Amino acid sequence: MSTIEERVKKIIVEQLGVKEEEVKPEASFENDLGADSLDTVELVMALEEEFETEIPDEEAEKIRTVQAAIDYVTAHSEE
Amino acid sequence: MFSLNEQVALVTGASRGIGRAIAESLAAQGAFVIGTATSASGADAISAYLGDQGAGMVLNVTDAESVNQVISDIQKTHGGIDILVNNAGITKDNLLMRMKDEEWNDVMSTNLTSVFRTSKAVMRGMMKKRHGRIINIGSVVGTTGNPGQTNYCAAKAGLIGFTKSLAKEIAARGVTVNAVAPGFIDTDMTQALTDEQKESIFSGIPAARLGKPEEIAAAVVFLASPAAAYITGETIHVNGGMSMV
Ligand SMILES: NC(=O)c1ccc[n+]([C@@H]2O[C@H](COP(=O)([O-])OP(=O)(O)OC[C@H]3O[C@@H](n4cnc5c(N)ncnc54)[C@H](OP(=O)(O)O)[C@@H]3O)[C@@H](O)[C@H]2O)c1
Repeated sequence: MSTIEERVKKIIVEQLGVKEEEVKPEASFENDLGADSLDTVELVMALEEEFETEIPDEEAEKIRTVQAAIDYVTAHSEE
Repeated sequence: MFSLNEQVALVTGASRGIGRAIAESLAAQGAFVIGTATSASGADAISAYLGDQGAGMVLNVTDAESVNQVISDIQKTHGGIDILVNNAGITKDNLLMRMKDEEWNDVMSTNLTSVFRTSKAVMRGMMKKRHGRIINIGSVVGTTGNPGQTNYCAAKAGLIGFTKSLAKEIAARGVTVNAVAPGFIDTDMTQALTDEQKESIFSGIPAARLGKPEEIAAAVVFLASPAAAYITGETIHVNGGMSMV
């Protein structure tokens, strides 16, 4: 079983079509990984599916970096 | 090229008039069609005329919960909506000086806010499939204006702005968003006109007759088909030459 971090990174690689080594924790989807706002929405959709959770819009808007995505999923899968 | 085999379509307001013709025409091209009415008896009648090619459901487009429920039910039973036709609409005509807030608000929520709701609800499925068609039924008067219809014309003009903006947002995902703008079509909505009103309308229509609901449906079928994949943000006017824009 892979860790949350690995699963989140795998989704980012797939959704944004970037290389694994580019997916650094501090990387911003829009500024560093070439995503536009719609790509980010789709990324959140993919995270929702992978982790079988629903991410409310106001939370989704805060998920702008790799670390923010990992943190959100980590915090919400422990509940 | 025009076949809609294995596609699932949702047509709002399919109990009569233009919506019914659209539902029948999409079904004739092979789509499985969910048509909606505001009453259970209306929904049953839709199930009856669609037969194996579809089903009727109850939907009130002004009720956010009803919209989300119906769309999630369709997704569960039929695996997502490929074609959304926002057709349900009403008129509540009055001169602006006499127009009540209620007349304004009812027309806005039924004809415009409804389109925001249904489109939003189908978006995730269409984006994931990388395919989808949203077709909004506007009106010629959304472009030309019409006395006594400030509410209706504002809603129909708003629908064109909505269509263009959403088309730009999601074009890269294989989803097209277009509008069809009917002129005067022979339905319950125009039955209310007096002979005198009809006479004066005819004089402004080069084709010198009302349009038939099927003539609107034909444009919708075209936009829904694979043949129209590169058309987005457009409004197709179907009005017998009444207004050429
Ligand atoms: N007829 C024309 O000349 C003409 C011209 C330009 C544009 N249009 C547009 O074409 C569309 C269809 O018009 P039409 O002439 O076919 O109208 P219609 O014969 O009056 O039928 C209206 C349809 O909308 C449904 N509807 C009304 N309120 C609704 C609501 N709150 N929730 C869900 N469904 C609702 C009705 O369902 P129920 O049967 O259950 O009430 C019915 O199926 C409308 O958007 C209209 O603005 C028509």
